[in-house]
Amino acid sequence: MARTISTRRKVIVSAIAWLIGLTLFFPILWTFLTSFKTEGTAIAMPPRFLFFDWTLENYQTVQTRSNYFRHFSNSVITAVGSTIIGLIIAIPAAWAMAFSPTKRTKDVLLWMLSTKMLPAVGVLVPIYLIFRDLRLLDTHIGLIIVLTMINLPIIVWMLYTYFKEIPVDILEASRMDGASLRQEIIYVLTPMAIPGIASTMLLNIILAWNEAFWTLNLTTTRAAPLTAFIASYSSPEGLFWAKLSAASTLAIAPILIMGWFSQKQLVRGLTFGAVK
Amino acid sequence: MGSISLQNVSKNFGGVTVIPDISLEIEDGQFVVFVGPSGCGKSTLLRLIAGLEDVSGGVIQIDGQDMTRTAPAQRKLSMVFQSYALYPHMSVRGNIAFPLKMEGADKETIDKAVNNAASILNLTDYLDRKPRQLSGGQRQRVAIGRAIVRQPKAFLFDEPLSNLDAALRVNMRLEISELHKKLKTTMVYVTHDQVEAMTMADKIVVLNAGNIEQYGTPLELYTKPANRFVAGFIGSPRMNFIEGDEAKKMGAHTVGVRPEHLSPSKTEGLWAGTVGVAEHLGSDTFLYVHVDDVGQITVRASGDVAFHSGETVYMTPMDGRLYKFDAQGQAI
Amino acid sequence: MATQQTQTAARLMMSPAVLLLLAWMLIPLSMTLYFSFQRYNLLMPGMEYFTGLDNYRYFFANPNFWAALTNTLVLVGGVLAITLIGGTLLALLLDQPIFGQGIVRLLVIAPFFVMPTVSALVWKNMMMHPVNGLFSFIARVFGVQPLDWFGQVPMLSIILIVSWQWLPFATLIILTALQSLDEEQKEAAGMDGAGPLSLFFYIILPHLARAITVVMLIQTIFLLSIFAEIFVTTAGGPGVATTNLTFLIYIQSLLQFDVGLASAGGIVAVILANIVALFLLRIVGRNLDA
Repeated sequence: MARTISTRRKVIVSAIAWLIGLTLFFPILWTFLTSFKTEGTAIAMPPRFLFFDWTLENYQTVQTRSNYFRHFSNSVITAVGSTIIGLIIAIPAAWAMAFSPTKRTKDVLLWMLSTKMLPAVGVLVPIYLIFRDLRLLDTHIGLIIVLTMINLPIIVWMLYTYFKEIPVDILEASRMDGASLRQEIIYVLTPMAIPGIASTMLLNIILAWNEAFWTLNLTTTRAAPLTAFIASYSSPEGLFWAKLSAASTLAIAPILIMGWFSQKQLVRGLTFGAVK
Repeated sequence: MGSISLQNVSKNFGGVTVIPDISLEIEDGQFVVFVGPSGCGKSTLLRLIAGLEDVSGGVIQIDGQDMTRTAPAQRKLSMVFQSYALYPHMSVRGNIAFPLKMEGADKETIDKAVNNAASILNLTDYLDRKPRQLSGGQRQRVAIGRAIVRQPKAFLFDEPLSNLDAALRVNMRLEISELHKKLKTTMVYVTHDQVEAMTMADKIVVLNAGNIEQYGTPLELYTKPANRFVAGFIGSPRMNFIEGDEAKKMGAHTVGVRPEHLSPSKTEGLWAGTVGVAEHLGSDTFLYVHVDDVGQITVRASGDVAFHSGETVYMTPMDGRLYKFDAQGQAI
Repeated sequence: MATQQTQTAARLMMSPAVLLLLAWMLIPLSMTLYFSFQRYNLLMPGMEYFTGLDNYRYFFANPNFWAALTNTLVLVGGVLAITLIGGTLLALLLDQPIFGQGIVRLLVIAPFFVMPTVSALVWKNMMMHPVNGLFSFIARVFGVQPLDWFGQVPMLSIILIVSWQWLPFATLIILTALQSLDEEQKEAAGMDGAGPLSLFFYIILPHLARAITVVMLIQTIFLLSIFAEIFVTTAGGPGVATTNLTFLIYIQSLLQFDVGLASAGGIVAVILANIVALFLLRIVGRNLDA
């Protein structure tokens, strides 16, 4: 048995931990609070923390002035779309690697991960030119293609680690029961792997949602997701803190909630299994 | 109908030969047990029949049709796995119905077949549960139910009872035997437990290092073992083997005699020895006897016999119950 | 472990993923390589010609390149130092019994999920603004002259923002590794007379070594390509004070349209990242029992 920890020590440690936790979280909290201020209050000195006139005006202005909802839906379409297409391509591949491995499987997997490590600038010019010529710039499809490809290695990898945990017996049983390969994957493997597939989906939506190299470089207005939209606030004439905060709050809230649910998957997905 | 015929079947994994060359005929409706020590290739042989592994050479016929390259799904065989391999996300009903759903049977047929199987296996009250809510024995029955609904040409069992506790194992053994009597479908059953083999089988295949040592009815194997391996493997406690001068006197390299075929006496007999341990089970008494120049001999006497540790015992083999083997271990 | 049929099926099912990734990698990369040997400016279409290694020569001769390379290394190194040390300390703290541990964990992790453009702008404006920012307020409360963060210490400002984003990642992974340390091992060391410090250096730190290495490598790969944070705050300035390699190549390609020069830079960036990737892949590969 571990020795009993003195309550006093626990109180001190807790206080320090809470202080650090709140400090790290503060910019997010501050953004949230500022989004309910008027522009005047937002830049007021000394800053107002809780005692100000709360207003929802910023949220309305952000929508009416810049069609916020369109950028939000661009983010949803590209993040969800690329994740689903990625899953459709990755599920069969991960099945093959997990249940019918060959001597080369490990190499293929590592090679796939290595493509994730390719710096984006290394291929910025050709991708930009190809997209320009194929008229894919500033389109949903173009962005979905790019996001699918950059996240595909992580999707394959995560699914592979989840599939490895499913006993082969059960898949063989389905083969004995007369299931074709397609039926085996649809009726047996996929339902069993749903928790794993769901976590993979969650993490990849987060990654795609926050992707800020290709989204900034390949979109301008029509297909611009929230990353690019928020970036437009960097210009000096766009310095409206309360509106920036309202737009930011809406942009990070859904992903923050998803992220909190996917802490464990984050470790699994982003360390490629090197940390357990 | 389901006869199974293996002709010169072999299997290598990489460079390792697991099964060198096996030919075997399993007649329709028979209950055939593959038995052997672990690593003897019995499970591999079953998986070859199932189609879960490719043969490296030879032909597998089911019902007279060449099925060597046919996918497992098309072989019309059912298999019960050691781990039961139930679909964890489906209810018991879903598990049992699955093979029929894959065949594209209509809902009415499926319901009828599932209810029928459930009543045979006493699962009617559990149809809506998930596998994880069932006990080991119940899971085993679901696995069997899933196997019987599609009326396969043959059932394949891969050590199905090894995950059950001893009492349940005896029960399930009886249930499977009864099922075979009821269905009269060919069954191929893999086990390492020779008691299961002896009690259930119509015919037993004894495998060792990928070779068939003997193929025959349980009693044939017991009374006429083809070689020393079979003689030692079948029967419990194990047959006593005597080598050296004693054996030479009888004109063999090795002589074998089963513990139950030795009559113990306090006064006279062929061999004399000292009782090491005496186990009194009530119905039987096992004596572990040290015999000079021969080694340890096990004697099984029925009833409670009054021998105790340290006493001298004389033992005589019963008539016609002495087995002789040559230097290669073949029966003479 | 399987039949010919499943092997064939497996190969078929892997092929879309493999072929797509192969195309995604090979086609653009070979185009970049090709462009890097061309005199090619988008403003002068039809004027391309082969120049051999000229682009590379210009690129390396350009003082901005060396500035960008230094900036890249300072940025990566600074963020790594802060997140690895901070992450280890924070993980040790969070591994202790705490009231409301789950909630503290959530608070600490949160910054990782904030999109880069948002975190950069929130920090630049609401935190670091020289007049109305919270930091300047705090400075004035203590009677100190407020700092013009992006004017006086632009690189430090960016390092702080990026560290805030990546500290949760380092903490979370080191914490995961910490929790896999056998409690009995610590107790045994305690029985052997190890104090808290020697416990940390002889038992805990060696156990964490792998996790820390992995965090370092993964972060390096992402940090080498930091873009959005610079794009929305300093745009590489003042001068080239915060221009990293990624941003330099971006300027050359999409702002100055010099495809050839940008491509040469791209190849340099790929080589740099590959050196790190090689180490990472070796660790991952060792852990893979495929």
